[in-house]
Amino acid sequence: MSKLFFKGIVATFVGALISLSAHTVFANDTIKIGVPGAHSGELASYGLPTLNAVNLVVDDINAKGGIDGKQVEIIAFDEGCKAEIATNAATKLISDGVVAIIGHTCSNAGKAVISLYNDANIIVMSPTITAPDMTLSGKNPVFFRTIANDLATSIAGAEFVVNKLNAKKVAVLHDNSEYGKGYAEKAIEYIKENGKDVEVVLYEAVTPGAADYSSVIRKVLRAKADVLMWGGYYPEASKILSNMYSLDLAIPFVGPDGLKDKGFIELAGADAEGVYASGPTDTSANPISKEYAEKHLKKYGTTPGAFFDTAVSATIALLNAIDKADSTEAKKIMDALRNNDVETAVGTIRFDDKGDAIGVGMSIYQITNGEYVEIK
Amino acid sequence: MDWQYFLEILFSGFTRGSIYALIALGYTMVYGIIELINFAHGEIYMIGAFTAFIVAGILGTMGFPASAILIIAALVAILWCVAYGYTLEKVAYKPLRGQSRLAPLISAIGMSIFLQNYVQLAQTAEFLRFPIRMPRLEFLDVFGGILRSTDFVILVTSAVIMTALSLFIRYTKLGKAMRATAQNRKMAMLLGIDADKIISLTFIVGSGLAALGGTLIATHTMQVGFGIGFMAGMKAFTAAVLGGIGSIPGAMLGGLVLGIAESLTTGYFSGDYEDVLAFALLALILIFRPSGLLGKAKVQKV
Repeated sequence: MSKLFFKGIVATFVGALISLSAHTVFANDTIKIGVPGAHSGELASYGLPTLNAVNLVVDDINAKGGIDGKQVEIIAFDEGCKAEIATNAATKLISDGVVAIIGHTCSNAGKAVISLYNDANIIVMSPTITAPDMTLSGKNPVFFRTIANDLATSIAGAEFVVNKLNAKKVAVLHDNSEYGKGYAEKAIEYIKENGKDVEVVLYEAVTPGAADYSSVIRKVLRAKADVLMWGGYYPEASKILSNMYSLDLAIPFVGPDGLKDKGFIELAGADAEGVYASGPTDTSANPISKEYAEKHLKKYGTTPGAFFDTAVSATIALLNAIDKADSTEAKKIMDALRNNDVETAVGTIRFDDKGDAIGVGMSIYQITNGEYVEIK
Repeated sequence: MDWQYFLEILFSGFTRGSIYALIALGYTMVYGIIELINFAHGEIYMIGAFTAFIVAGILGTMGFPASAILIIAALVAILWCVAYGYTLEKVAYKPLRGQSRLAPLISAIGMSIFLQNYVQLAQTAEFLRFPIRMPRLEFLDVFGGILRSTDFVILVTSAVIMTALSLFIRYTKLGKAMRATAQNRKMAMLLGIDADKIISLTFIVGSGLAALGGTLIATHTMQVGFGIGFMAGMKAFTAAVLGGIGSIPGAMLGGLVLGIAESLTTGYFSGDYEDVLAFALLALILIFRPSGLLGKAKVQKV
């Protein structure tokens, strides 16, 4: 044990020494961008599209002569969404002298290593991490993301309930999961702050897997709620809707992005008609998104996978900021990220003080004739 | 006191309680005869729901009326599950008879896992929508919404089936043989009762009831999935223990008490505590009546 520990210390020192020399010798030749993420294993389908997106955007920039005459170099690191390997990745990339990071695919890995980047003052731009506290805690000045955080779905839903549905009495049910309860709590918080005469008449959990929800639906009926918000996954939502049907409870049903899934429409069938769900704004018509989807098809022979658009946007936004800052100094790049609008595959975006992208939107969709229709 | 609301909540409890009771009967009958907790029983319920789903799906495309489809689907599900229950006993439990009591118990858990995974692989891991909705029964409108069609059908069907079962056990020859085997298997065999046949019969009846429960709930929640048997099985097992495992009227009572307790908790307190209060009730009853509501205290023969 102690021997191993000692070896570890030696290895760290040697590593640090080597990297130090590497840093001083080559630092200024290229602009190095680290891309750590899940590039193999079961989560590769979330991480590889990011790597492909970075490659495609960087190829374009480099073909145009790079940024301020410098070529952009990509250093990929496969950490498989494992926190302990992500720590190695972060240490290595920092010592390689990267200017910024595009990635960490998963929230757990990102949370494990963000303090390393904070200390090293290296910008982390993630297209995939949705854990709310990464930005909202305000503790990670170097962290930015081009994907909406997990609470955005909830705020979008609550805003819709208050402003568009003009609800007066809202019932909120959830399934006691982290996902469902988080959605419900945040929605209630929003309603209490922003809905002047909106009352939350019921806030309860149901037991997932129960054979029958009629008692809780009768309770909703009795509370005379005019909107029912649901925090949870779609199999339970479908059961609740079926119980609502048999008890003649016909009020708008508003759910999280978990309900924006074809599987939900198939499962809930006719009961799904009219249900509202929040989900990321559809960006498939965006010209940049289309352009890179075509480039992806050309270079890799397939259509791009999950989070490709957010990854393209992360890369464009980051490189644009480096260009605008005329510097590789973290402080200047961060200012550029916050102060400049940039055209990306998810629309025109800019970053707020905490690092969330402004303009990356959630929309509300209503199920109409078995299709999700975006409500403008 | 809002009586209308109270009755609504009460009937919600009756509905879910009678489903618990239907499944609990299978647990309690098997336990009464071979002192085995058949953990695969919840899976039989799930297979019942799946069979009904498949049959209803096929018949639905042929244009039969909904009520006919539901009755046929339920009957096929019962037959299919009866075959499953019979085979289950022959494959997983009979070879272990006379072994230590733990051996068939482990075998039961194994069968439960096997059946769940089998259905997941052979069918799907997704939840599926049940194709036929229970037709709306207009004559129930006079109750002012207290009783809805699925509730009504579930209540009436379970009441009829449970009465029939009680009569069968009480008055028929086979029923008497079942009771005799439950009381003392060795003595029953000495008197010429074929215990193997009676044990098979127990599994057959229990599986049929579970299949009926599965079909009824599938028409109520409108979905089936490979994992639905676990929760239902746990609840039904709780109901069986609550009523006194081994006792047939106990299982019926236990199911209803559990269902009503859950429903009242949700209705008057909070859905968050539905399971907490239901299981606290179980603990309380077992403290004061360790053998369950209607169970008989067992005399240890030395």
